[in-house]
Amino acid sequence: MSDPFLQVRDLKVHFPVRTGGLFVGQYSPLKAVDGVTFDLNPGETLGVVGESGCGKSTLGRAVLQLVGATDGVVSWLGTDLTSLNKKELIAARENLQIVFQDPLASLDPRMTAGDIIAEPLRNYRPTLTKADRRKMVEDMMERVGLLPRMINRYPHEFSGGQCQRIGIARAMILRPRLVICDEPVSALDVSIQAQVVNLLMDLQRDFGLALLFISHDLAIVRHISHRVLVLYLGKVMELADKAALYATPRHPYTQALLSAVPIPDPTKERNKDRVLLTGDLPSPLDPPSGCVFRTRCPRASSVCAETTPMLESAGEGQAVACHHWRD
Amino acid sequence: MSDAPMNEGRPPRANLSVPHADALDKAADVEGRSLWQDAFRRLQANRAAMISAIVLIVMAFVCFVGPVLVPWSYEEIDWDILEAAPPNFDTGHYLGTDSLGRDLLARILQGGQVSFLVGILATSVALVIGVTVGATAGFMGGRVDQVLMRFVDVMYAVPLMFFIIILMVVFGRNFYLMFLAIGFVEWLTMSRIVRGQTLTLKNKEFIEAARASGGSTISIIARHIIPNVLGVVIVYVTLTIPQVILLESFLSFLGLGVQPPMTSWGALIAEGAQEMEITPRTLVLPAVCLSTTLFCFNFLGDGLRDALDPKDR
Repeated sequence: MSDPFLQVRDLKVHFPVRTGGLFVGQYSPLKAVDGVTFDLNPGETLGVVGESGCGKSTLGRAVLQLVGATDGVVSWLGTDLTSLNKKELIAARENLQIVFQDPLASLDPRMTAGDIIAEPLRNYRPTLTKADRRKMVEDMMERVGLLPRMINRYPHEFSGGQCQRIGIARAMILRPRLVICDEPVSALDVSIQAQVVNLLMDLQRDFGLALLFISHDLAIVRHISHRVLVLYLGKVMELADKAALYATPRHPYTQALLSAVPIPDPTKERNKDRVLLTGDLPSPLDPPSGCVFRTRCPRASSVCAETTPMLESAGEGQAVACHHWRD
Repeated sequence: MSDAPMNEGRPPRANLSVPHADALDKAADVEGRSLWQDAFRRLQANRAAMISAIVLIVMAFVCFVGPVLVPWSYEEIDWDILEAAPPNFDTGHYLGTDSLGRDLLARILQGGQVSFLVGILATSVALVIGVTVGATAGFMGGRVDQVLMRFVDVMYAVPLMFFIIILMVVFGRNFYLMFLAIGFVEWLTMSRIVRGQTLTLKNKEFIEAARASGGSTISIIARHIIPNVLGVVIVYVTLTIPQVILLESFLSFLGLGVQPPMTSWGALIAEGAQEMEITPRTLVLPAVCLSTTLFCFNFLGDGLRDALDPKDR
């Protein structure tokens, strides 16, 4: 905990969505990410969880400035990424990389594995000779568990797990300091998931990376993260150390999420207390007033509709945004 | 391919000590096959497309090299005949002469040159304009896209014949102007296709990945967009060439195309049509050449489309 490494302050990403108008469109903002604040320390993994459409991926992309932030600050080693121009941003991205959800879609089908992995090198180390570049690519392929002799293969000749390894190799080749993992394992089957997650953890240990690990799989997040951020409709519900969050979830939404994880024991599974949520995620075009979760919250009261709960400390390393967390 | 050997985190190369290891290594060292190579293999398996390609190459070769070997030139009038004579090997008119006594074979070959040239040059014009406009509109999006596409809409609405006739009237009947005129008409659909492709590509994750790995807009277009658009464009090009040849034939048929004594297949057909009751040969021969070429281009285009269809991956 020394210098600020990555600081995200009140980050907002709103997309204009056309909601009417015949010739001149009427646009309303879709609040994909609405006021998210967190810090990330060097070498740390922050898990980001939430259901589909809650803004997890948008948050990851906004940190990298792949989508522009509407408001707020993304401060990387003290520089605000949102204020940089195109050139400065490209320079800053050398230390910021991303691994995507769909392994095959994130690889250019017309390029060989070697060319794909070497692409960041070509952009950031144009002085490297061909042989050096090849050597680095082969080393990296070996590091992520790919055979270096597959360097001339094309993405469609690899399995999903291998494609994801190529994606990871591409993200790691510059030895970045922060890697955003946007659901890197959700497209893989379970046995491969474990391998890829373990690979990420190995790489994190060896290279001292910080990870922003986006996922909807609570078990994996528990395995890989140091701290966990729970998002709902673009807002932070709870931010806590892993142990605290899984042991004593404070926010009703976190409790509901955790109780939905099946226990691999039929007797326990049948008898456990479930916090059932009714209804669907409200439209982010027209979020509920006050606390965005109140429409589905079992503990909602009149105060929830009136004032938006702030993220407040709820014990050691745990912060929660709920009026009723003490109940 | 199994995932198993990769999961140990190191290649088995170091672990293998069996004598076959070298052979095994060599066998596995095979180069990967790119999508282009895959597509080419599929194309090779398509007999109709391959035959068409060969026929086209032979025809183009004959059209451009043949005139050297034919004893008569296309504009030379055989003053001993001066009428449509039947084929005669003694005089060197292997396919006979047309109504003015010019050698029909030489004229068909020369017409073929014009038709192939029009097909290729006009399509190139369409290709360059279409890809540039389409990729710009697709990639930039927003207002640029709107303006360019509305312009294309307007161009679509202009009657094609009217446009070409006005061009011919204003600039005179110039051989090369015709290529330009046809190209200017044909680029519209090309730009739409390229724009659509660019739009779908633009939001693919690998474009985002390229941006995250530090690519500038230009390098992304050059390295990722263009190679991925190319497949569709090539198919469309092979299907545009016959359209263009047909359009040129039509223009020549109407008398707006090439200037006599130069000719093209369309012009030959027009001349032949006037005498088809007396000498059907003068109509049938160029018509056969034209239809064969069109057929071949269409078959080749079809074959390419099947071979390059990304869903077949």
